[in-house]
Amino acid sequence: MDKTILRTEQLKAFYVLDVLGTQKVVKAVNGVDLEIRENEIYGIAGESGCGKTTLLKALFAAIEPPLRLIGGKVYYSLFIEETDVSSLSAEEKRRLRWEYVSYVPQGSMSVLNPVIKVKETYRDFIESHVSGRTKEEAFEIARRQIAELGLPQKILDAYPHQLSGGMRQRVTIALAALLKPRIIICDEPTTALDVVVQRGVVQLLRDIQGYLENTIILVTHDMGVHANIADRIGIMYAGKMVEEATTEVIFGNPVHPYTQYLINSLPRFGDKTTRESVPGSPPSLINLPSGCPFHPRCPYVLDICTEQMPSFVDLDTHHRVACWLVGEG
Amino acid sequence: MAFIKRYLIPRIIQYFLVIFLGITAVFFIPRFTPSDPVERTITQLRSQGSYLDPASMDDFIADLTELYGLEGSMLQQYGAFWQRLFRGDFGVSFFQFPTPVIELIGTSLPWTLGLLLTTTFFSWTLGNIIGGVAGYFSRKGWSRALDTVAMIVRPLPYYIFAFALLLLLAYVVRWFPVSGGTSIGRKVVLNWPFIKDVLWHSFLPALSLTSLGGAVNFQTMKLIVQNVNAEDFVQYAKFGGVTEGRIVSRYVIRNAMLPQITNLALSLGQIFSGALITEIVFSYPGVGTLLYNAIVTGDYNLIMGITALSIVAITTAILVIDLLYPLFDPRVRYM
Amino acid sequence: MRTLRDLFRDYRFALSFCVLCMLLALAFLTTFSPYDPTLWGVVPRDLKPSWTYFLGTSSKGQDVFWQATFAVRNSLIVSVIAGTVSRVFAVLVGMIAGYKGGGTDRVLMFISDTLLVMPLFLIIVLLAMLVRDKMNLVTLGLLLAFFGWAWDARVIRSQILSLREREFTQTAVLSGTGTLRLVLNEYMPFATPLVFSTLINNMSWEIGMEITLAILGLVNMDIPTLGTMLQWAISYQAVLLGYWWWLSTPVILSVLLFVALYWLSVSISEYLDPRTRIQRVGAE
Repeated sequence: MDKTILRTEQLKAFYVLDVLGTQKVVKAVNGVDLEIRENEIYGIAGESGCGKTTLLKALFAAIEPPLRLIGGKVYYSLFIEETDVSSLSAEEKRRLRWEYVSYVPQGSMSVLNPVIKVKETYRDFIESHVSGRTKEEAFEIARRQIAELGLPQKILDAYPHQLSGGMRQRVTIALAALLKPRIIICDEPTTALDVVVQRGVVQLLRDIQGYLENTIILVTHDMGVHANIADRIGIMYAGKMVEEATTEVIFGNPVHPYTQYLINSLPRFGDKTTRESVPGSPPSLINLPSGCPFHPRCPYVLDICTEQMPSFVDLDTHHRVACWLVGEG
Repeated sequence: MAFIKRYLIPRIIQYFLVIFLGITAVFFIPRFTPSDPVERTITQLRSQGSYLDPASMDDFIADLTELYGLEGSMLQQYGAFWQRLFRGDFGVSFFQFPTPVIELIGTSLPWTLGLLLTTTFFSWTLGNIIGGVAGYFSRKGWSRALDTVAMIVRPLPYYIFAFALLLLLAYVVRWFPVSGGTSIGRKVVLNWPFIKDVLWHSFLPALSLTSLGGAVNFQTMKLIVQNVNAEDFVQYAKFGGVTEGRIVSRYVIRNAMLPQITNLALSLGQIFSGALITEIVFSYPGVGTLLYNAIVTGDYNLIMGITALSIVAITTAILVIDLLYPLFDPRVRYM
Repeated sequence: MRTLRDLFRDYRFALSFCVLCMLLALAFLTTFSPYDPTLWGVVPRDLKPSWTYFLGTSSKGQDVFWQATFAVRNSLIVSVIAGTVSRVFAVLVGMIAGYKGGGTDRVLMFISDTLLVMPLFLIIVLLAMLVRDKMNLVTLGLLLAFFGWAWDARVIRSQILSLREREFTQTAVLSGTGTLRLVLNEYMPFATPLVFSTLINNMSWEIGMEITLAILGLVNMDIPTLGTMLQWAISYQAVLLGYWWWLSTPVILSVLLFVALYWLSVSISEYLDPRTRIQRVGAE
């Protein structure tokens, strides 16, 4: 079995906001246990506002006020033993960024410095991690990588505003793979792009993973993308993981009611029945419902669901669910 | 090419239009007010006790009219006005008759330029650097303390601040001279004692201008940097583990500079006026003091000359800055 | 009101509010003044501050304290007049330019920009020289108002531009609301706080201009204002003769006024700006 490359234990990260005297707490990540392995593409799916981006920030060890780490731990497998991320110094964390784990943010349209050319951004990233290279050598590294990934050379000499949105997205993905990190985290890489460009982006990700044989953690609400490249999928709801399995199982045999709704709402060839989406609206992360956060919208709600939060039950080697329907029932 | 068409040409047209409008305004204002300059001069002379011989009054009025360029129809005056302008002829000064206005401005201008250029340079660069660092470390105590200081200095008008400095540092403690550009009787020679003397005299006006300008630059830069810090690309650079020094210089300050260049262009008019006012407080031998004398003696030609030249100078300076801006912002260079 | 309470949490608002109240109180005291402010020689000259003459007396034979009350009052009157009239200009120009857009917008903004980059000081000086005789508080206010609207017209225009893109504008237009009603009823609530904070800033500029013009002798020197008071002191050589009470009163009062007005406008605009509100978030 493949080794674990990243692990979380009851991870809790909340936003603490102080608006004119009153304190509001947004429970974006509310007790998440994850085990991500080497050489896999792990997808995280869920509606907007379920805490996906916050989870990614926590995995990337980029927690800054107003976001606070309330509890739990994140472990990187840097050496034989796991390393607790909170034990690392600021400089160690800085080095790990891009060398161990890199990040493709949501909305990559505006993440490149507008006043310098793309190759200069490459140079900044390279020179901040690799010492002893001249400017020309750094540019050469950039050129080689761009060529390897099949992207046109001229983007390096362009300014970000001269490139299309899709091209900018591909640049950020290429940048993420630059120092050959063990983990690449992608936040909604295909949103706001047209389908043709989406395909290119997905292909690029697959190529990179195949070439580096590393792990890609992919967050998107687009189940089609997950179906396309994810090996395993974790379903997130209101700050918690509710189901996790391989892609085939999630699509073929969803167990959690929320997952079932997600899968059933997807169009299928030949099936002309009306698609049903999840009734109601996502809960406010400031005022979470008691017990299982899905219970107000769940068609199979039991009494215990309103009182206690269910914990994970292993259905299979690679399938676990957090639901009172499975488990004690 | 799009750059030339969309940025350069409109800008240059605007330049000429503004100068044209401004100078036309200068032309028309004295001619459309309740009392015209000739009348006022006579009233003023009378109130100062001069004796005006009634017999030669007509000739006197005719002379004054000619002096102020008020003869002929409005159109004729306007035409003559522009003609003289292109020759650099602003008429003859009244209070220092018969010196041409352009000559008086010429002797005062170097003083003003020296003061203005150095103080603007220092207040802009120092204000931006300190403001930039303060904006980056906006939560630290020293940053907030500096902000409070700037909040007290900034709203003060040029006159009050300069005057307060004068009182404190030239009267209460006699560290600096009370007035002038050089000590009385000193000849203009380019040697060290002369330069030292000039510096000593310029210190207070320079301090006044730099403090006020610096306070504004500090505050605006601090705000800009605080905003730039929150921009996606700065966040991204931090995600990428780019070293802090690099982030501050290439990501934060390089981007924060851009609006500051524009702000400098916009505030040049105010900075210039402030310099003139400050000169008046310290009787500094620049255009400001010249203006003061012109006002007191009712020398319209001189005032109009100063105003017209100032309009041209400031508009040109702003144009230069606007034309330099694309060098710093590639988004304008390659549209 | 809740807004006031929230505003008071900002030390700048609290301090400036108190200082301004104090200055307004001074201005109101003018109704009780035992002396006519325009008369000279009503008290013995050049006396140091004492219990009889709070802030001493001037070389013109006037009580400095009571002169100061009138000075504050008159300076405030000028700035209120100038501020309000220039608000009207600014709002009109800003709204028309912002809402109409296109050619009207460009022309209006061109005029506004031209005014902005000019050395207004010189033009105001030129004008003031020529209307010197007819100058009183009102005319001075109007003169300054004529030049003080340009910057704020742009500010209001930006606000209108962003409002125009919002959904409720299109709803209103589709349901047949006339332009005037749309602008007055729908946009004003957004623009009013903006207008208020720019008013305060503008008033500050106007008082500064008034003082500068007074020093140059371009206003009616018989009316006591902060500027004329200072100018009389200077022309009577108060500096050399050491009459610090006569000199420092207008200086200190105006410094207080400027700083207070500025802090007030900054705290109000920061309160209104949603971005800075969220920035004060639970960090440390």
